[in-house]
Amino acid sequence: MDFIIQNVLNAMQWGSFYALIALGYTLVYGVLRLINFAHGDIFMVGAYISFFVATFLIGPIAGVSPTLAFIITVPLTMALTSMVGVTLERIAYRPLRRKGAHRLYVVITALMAGLVLEYSNLALLGASRLKFPELLEKQIWRFGGVTLTNLKVMVIVAAIVVFLFLQWVVTRTRVGMAMRAISYDKFAIPLMGIPIDRIIVVTFVLGSGFAGLAGMLFAMSYPVLEPFMGMLIGWKAFIAAVVGGIGDIKGAFVGGFLLGFIEVGVVMVFPSSYRDLFAFTILLLILWVKPSGLFGIPQSTKI
Amino acid sequence: MKRVLTILFIAAVAIALAIPATAAQTIKIGFNIPMTGDIPEVGEGSKNAAEMYLADINGAGGLMVGGKKYMLEFIYMDNESKADSAVNAALKLIEQEEVVAIIGPNSSKQAVPGGGTANENRVPMISPWSTNPNTTLDRPWVFRAAFLDPFQGPVVADFAAKKFGAKTAAVLFDVENDYSVGLAEVFKSAWESKGLGPVVAYESNGTKDQDYSAQLTTIIAANPDFIFVPENYNQVALIIPQARDLGYKGQFMGSDAWGTPDLVKLCGEQCNGQYFSTHYAAAGAKGATKVFIDRYMDKYGAEPADYAALTWDSIGLMVEGIKNAGKVDSSPRKMRKAIRDGLAAIKSFDGVTGSSKFNEQGDPIKCAVVVKISDEGTFVFEESVCP
Repeated sequence: MDFIIQNVLNAMQWGSFYALIALGYTLVYGVLRLINFAHGDIFMVGAYISFFVATFLIGPIAGVSPTLAFIITVPLTMALTSMVGVTLERIAYRPLRRKGAHRLYVVITALMAGLVLEYSNLALLGASRLKFPELLEKQIWRFGGVTLTNLKVMVIVAAIVVFLFLQWVVTRTRVGMAMRAISYDKFAIPLMGIPIDRIIVVTFVLGSGFAGLAGMLFAMSYPVLEPFMGMLIGWKAFIAAVVGGIGDIKGAFVGGFLLGFIEVGVVMVFPSSYRDLFAFTILLLILWVKPSGLFGIPQSTKI
Repeated sequence: MKRVLTILFIAAVAIALAIPATAAQTIKIGFNIPMTGDIPEVGEGSKNAAEMYLADINGAGGLMVGGKKYMLEFIYMDNESKADSAVNAALKLIEQEEVVAIIGPNSSKQAVPGGGTANENRVPMISPWSTNPNTTLDRPWVFRAAFLDPFQGPVVADFAAKKFGAKTAAVLFDVENDYSVGLAEVFKSAWESKGLGPVVAYESNGTKDQDYSAQLTTIIAANPDFIFVPENYNQVALIIPQARDLGYKGQFMGSDAWGTPDLVKLCGEQCNGQYFSTHYAAAGAKGATKVFIDRYMDKYGAEPADYAALTWDSIGLMVEGIKNAGKVDSSPRKMRKAIRDGLAAIKSFDGVTGSSKFNEQGDPIKCAVVVKISDEGTFVFEESVCP
């Protein structure tokens, strides 16, 4: 029994990262109908930004205590990472949108932007891996045969809080209403006096900011950083968002945890070489039954 | 008139130079090492060790073979850490330089093709550092100084049984990495054949994995006395802290892939106190090994890494082979054959990386070193484990 509870907790932690990244995919897709394939790499950039901010803060120049450094690093990482996201939107996506390029070209641009982020990191910092400093003193709690760390709890709580916050923003605020409106009809909305560019920037700020948060929590949980750390997890989170029904906040959240649970569940029973095979077969079956994803709504293309 | 005099003078000088050269015949040995490319530090370490050895021999007036002294000549050829360049470097050494034997390449990636070239051209070769069985497999002209990958499995099993009094073991390995899979399998069969107890968990992961909690939960639930992790150092740096988070308090053991200072950098204090098997340990060495390390430190200002020590031993083996040949033949072809036979005749050898015996494949059967990661995060010699 302990064994199963422990694995549920493992899956919750791992699923939280998928959920946090999937939320960013779905937010941008929901507004722009754009699959932002650079999102996994923005997550990676977030991890590196938090690394540099944290090392600077606890370093000899600033000399801040690790706990205080953590408290400062969280908002700073989110702010800096959202700036990276907004810059990306400005230089990569907006010019194409202005010229009325087909969505396909924007998606390809996103893929390229992701590669540019990966390889500029490689060129700048080299291939050697970095070790994320320990900011919070690790506490391990034991309940019988089950162990839980403060970090694990924080990751899971962060995923849930971010989900609730984004759900609130999209469904209960004026900005959220504007987002949904743009998603509904991109051409009529500017005529209603809604500043479409500003809303898109807000979308990128939210999506990238939380990718930065995810990157930082990831770096704290798995403290070995490398330039390609965001690639695989980003793709998998994207698939999780699609299975949940891309464009739907709830779907991304559920899809992320679902993927986490399937992966950990498979490894629990089978050798790890079956993990991706089983995980993606199950996801394929879900899409087979419900092609628009668990919470997605089928849409007809508007011209 | 002036020109004639000049020509005469040059001719005279040339003859004067040529006479001692033919009188004191040298033995030419080629080095096929990576001076540039991915691992230039390996080539540099090898060259440093070789220069030190050369100065020793030639400083003493040469190598005594069959009652006469011969000077040694080392020719260093860069293989750029590439497989195709290793073949080219070997051919250049054999055809242009007419060396009688080759030392190197170091990595298996270059030593497997380089060994093929040496074997086809019937030139004796010793690879100092290659651990892949294919380097010497069915190649009578190719030898090596390092033990083979699979050998570490029994070493770890013996050490853990003795040191921790372990009765049960668990294995976590990288299913996408041949090295890791091979070691895990060999370890499992070695442990089970000892009859101490079972391997209670045998779990795998992927190379790019970052979360190992599911595998570790299974392992910890099986309650092993220690966990064998034959994975790369960057994975180890994630595995050990995650196992501690999940409440595991026991020992870990690893293999030579752990042996880089980066392990300590990435893993931090959590890896201290663990053990792994490797070729040689600089810290805490004794006897001839210590003498070698101290001399190397004096000369180059850095600790010799395992490849430098293994190059030193490879040259030692080569010298032994030449002595066994009994005489120096002026024809490189005959000399190569004599050296090969001389090398094949070596039954045991004492070097700075331990003493070894050779099997019919030209592979050494030698002791491995078990290293402890100290509380200061340095690699300290614990003991040598022999097959």
